[in-house]
Amino acid sequence: MTYLPHTEEDISEMLQVIGASSLDELFSGVPEDCRMAGGLKLPGPVTEWELNDMMAALAKTMAVAPEYKVFLGAGSYHHYIPATISYLLGRSEFSTSYTPYQPEISQGTLQAVFEYQTFVSLLLGMDVANASLYDGASALAEGLLMAARVNGLKKVALSSLIHPSYRQVVRTYLQPAGFEIIELPHTPEGRTELAGLKSLEGLGAVAVQSPNFVGCMEDLAAAADLAHSTGALLVASFTEPLAFGLYRSPGSLGADICCGEGQSFGIAQSYGGPGLGMFACLKRYVRSMPGRLVGRTEDRDGKPGFVLTLATREQHIRREKATSNICTNSGLCAVTAAMYMASLGGSGLRELARLNYDKSEYLKNELRKAGFGIPFSAPTFNEFVVELPAGSQAVYHRLLDRKMVAGLPLCSFYPGMDDRYLLCVTETRTKMDMDELVSRLKADYPVA
Amino acid sequence: MKEFAGSSGLVLNEPLLFDRGKRGRCGMSLPRRDVDHFPVDEELEGRGPDFPDLAETEVVRHYTRLSTWNFGVDTGMYPLGSCTMKYNPKTNEKQAALAGFAGAHPLLPEELSQGALKMMFELERFLAEITGMDAVSLQPAAGAQGELAGMLVFHAYHGSKGRRRSKIIVPDTAHGTNPASAALCGFSPVKVGSNDRGVLSVEAVAAAMDEDTAGIMVTNPNTLGFFEENIRGIVDIVHAKGGLVYADGANMNAVLGMVSMGDIGIDVLHLNLHKTFSTPHGGGGPGAGPLCVRKHLEPFLPTPRIVEEGGSYRLASDFPLSIGKLHAFHGNVGIMIRAYSYILSLGPELKRVSQLAVLNANYLKEKLKTILHLAYDRPCMHECVFSDKLQAPLKISTLDMVKRLIDYGFHPPTIYFPLVVPGAIMIEPTETECKEELDLFVEAFREIVKEAGENPELLHNAPWRPKVRRLDETSAARNPRLTCAGVINGERKS
Ligand SMILES: Cc1ncc(COP(=O)(O)O)c(C=O)c1O
Repeated sequence: MTYLPHTEEDISEMLQVIGASSLDELFSGVPEDCRMAGGLKLPGPVTEWELNDMMAALAKTMAVAPEYKVFLGAGSYHHYIPATISYLLGRSEFSTSYTPYQPEISQGTLQAVFEYQTFVSLLLGMDVANASLYDGASALAEGLLMAARVNGLKKVALSSLIHPSYRQVVRTYLQPAGFEIIELPHTPEGRTELAGLKSLEGLGAVAVQSPNFVGCMEDLAAAADLAHSTGALLVASFTEPLAFGLYRSPGSLGADICCGEGQSFGIAQSYGGPGLGMFACLKRYVRSMPGRLVGRTEDRDGKPGFVLTLATREQHIRREKATSNICTNSGLCAVTAAMYMASLGGSGLRELARLNYDKSEYLKNELRKAGFGIPFSAPTFNEFVVELPAGSQAVYHRLLDRKMVAGLPLCSFYPGMDDRYLLCVTETRTKMDMDELVSRLKADYPVA
Repeated sequence: MKEFAGSSGLVLNEPLLFDRGKRGRCGMSLPRRDVDHFPVDEELEGRGPDFPDLAETEVVRHYTRLSTWNFGVDTGMYPLGSCTMKYNPKTNEKQAALAGFAGAHPLLPEELSQGALKMMFELERFLAEITGMDAVSLQPAAGAQGELAGMLVFHAYHGSKGRRRSKIIVPDTAHGTNPASAALCGFSPVKVGSNDRGVLSVEAVAAAMDEDTAGIMVTNPNTLGFFEENIRGIVDIVHAKGGLVYADGANMNAVLGMVSMGDIGIDVLHLNLHKTFSTPHGGGGPGAGPLCVRKHLEPFLPTPRIVEEGGSYRLASDFPLSIGKLHAFHGNVGIMIRAYSYILSLGPELKRVSQLAVLNANYLKEKLKTILHLAYDRPCMHECVFSDKLQAPLKISTLDMVKRLIDYGFHPPTIYFPLVVPGAIMIEPTETECKEELDLFVEAFREIVKEAGENPELLHNAPWRPKVRRLDETSAARNPRLTCAGVINGERKS
């Protein structure tokens, strides 16, 4: 396959127009000492049919449903994706267009993103949402950078129950700019310890994730009060937006900036990316926001339409003074999430969220009944931590051999969590899967 | 007159989703409930967002209609300079959608995700071969994040030598993301102008380079479509003062198999998989912006890195000098699969991609320079930059001309960028356009230039044929309406 339409005849006619004798001569602007020696050492070219076989062989090695029962969440969630979504995404008018710089011929993308902004604002209980950032992790980093633009303070407090990778990304983004980062410890019930906030001076932002990395719902209202009393903004992070179909939104609890991962909404897990950085804030901060925004306006005939707006915040206008360096974002993933939210509707979203909760409560209950520990008592959504008796690594591996991934071992993320596992149950796990997991664990721990 | 693609057809109206629907509808099959209800914490429980309830037909029709108001590469020629809007092969979509990839959890144990790790490891090797660099990280999610990663590498490299440098040289032709990315790392960009050939001179760089300057960011080929012919001299100057050379590889489509960036002394480079390597742009992403470095900077690459040992692959994080993580997981793997498929499909023929991209750009340049002002009259690489200088006396601007181009069925080129050419019209046809299409594009421009003299109002008020005409951007920014009216403040009707 070459995707190149030129015939030899085309090439010689075109060269003649240009006045060059060969394709090589077109590169006369590249000095001799800059030319690559020898050809590219790459495999291929392969035919479409060979490619199919090669890729199928690679894909076959991956542990995925339905062969594997995967109880993993931790920032990437297995939810059903209706056929309508992949079908609609096949409309290549959406996928093969660029960022909508020419609004007259981009109204499809622009209206879809405008509706996405509305969906996200409603979901998170915020005034405005942008057209997307890369993923939940960089969205959190951008949220903290934004808070510092708003109040001029480069000191932030991060909950230690924010996704460990998100905290790492925050450090990557913030450290060279000279930020001071303080980590807040956690309580025995699985929530962020907020008490220390009162004594922190010059704090610009407090970041808390809810549901947090160990699955627990945080007391965002208390975090907001404490943050605001010290003059800081509350930046609410999340990895599972479906939770807001059941629980109160971060905005309604006092968050100033809300940022997280939207992969749950119709986007394939794809080994972790692309995802969708959802980002929303209060209206008064909109001019400090990173990323693109779509706004409603009228055309010359008074017809309603949409454009990219408030571009003076952005790198192509403001260059080094821009609110962010972001250009390409996750446009198609934002449209996907909008399609998903539209498909579920308000009633469907509530019902699906409730189902996730009930299923995960079912597994939690069954494990507890079987004698396993549930170390954190705070309410959870579709993830929670189980504590197995000592020697759990071998048990975990035996389950892998039986094509069950029994959650995420927390040993490498927090000290003292050697036998703790973060389990996730979405609507895609059946009661039968859960019963099987519990009975296998019981069989492995006859004394439990 | 020729028949152009943009002749008008049926354009259907479609309301906002929030003006559709009825309580109780659902557009998705809800999974079976096989467990009981459990009590929910009353203090935390909410009412859920007030989304409209829609039927499946409503959703499908809504987005199908919206899609018809959009113009994509599949719709027609999209010569957006600097964006490399080439054809996006459909087989790559199919590969990315394979259940083994699309359904894979990023935290699967390594032994259960060998296929994805192998694909990523090999893609890193392919990109190293193509760029002539030694080591690659696939983690950055787009070009700008690749630039940020590159600037973090600069920062960490100088830090490892126990120094902090405060400035960075950025040419005036650079993309806006370059200075913005540098600023995120605390560097102040120092602007350097290009010479009368549209490239950087060694002297200009020498004058700006000092021991408080971390290095230089060069886009090569640059945004005027020229190869930075003095690059070796520039590299020597920057290196002599202890600086590093960053190349923005957004324009690699011009030099695949022709130039080895490693051999000419580039230290750090990012690629845009959503440009050069044909992954669809998605109306604004997702993309991927791999970072490539030479050996001495490998310890600074983002982690985790993919390591191969005896034919099996694992993720390693024990690199103490690393700049850290940039992405929640491993980057945009779905985009990597498409690029990997593309590279396998072309193999060493990638060189021909660049040859034909350059052929197409030079052909357009020759054909258009009789009617449009060519900013620099010399052979170009993958793109060429014109301006509205010849039409300005007629009070016709670049904007007027390209808006009229829409009526002929073409996507406008990039306009008013690079900033050094007033009224710039930056055209990048890419290699996937055939000669007939290029001829038609030239003919459309010829008609437009004729119209500029005969009937300027036709251009001032263009476009005439799309769903909407020119939009009022000023009032959009002055009084931003960013969500559906009446929805957010709880006043939604029904
Ligand atoms: C020259 C150049 N550099 C960098 C970028 C930024 O890349 P991205 O949009 O993927 O962040 C672009 C994209 O338009 C570009 O044209």
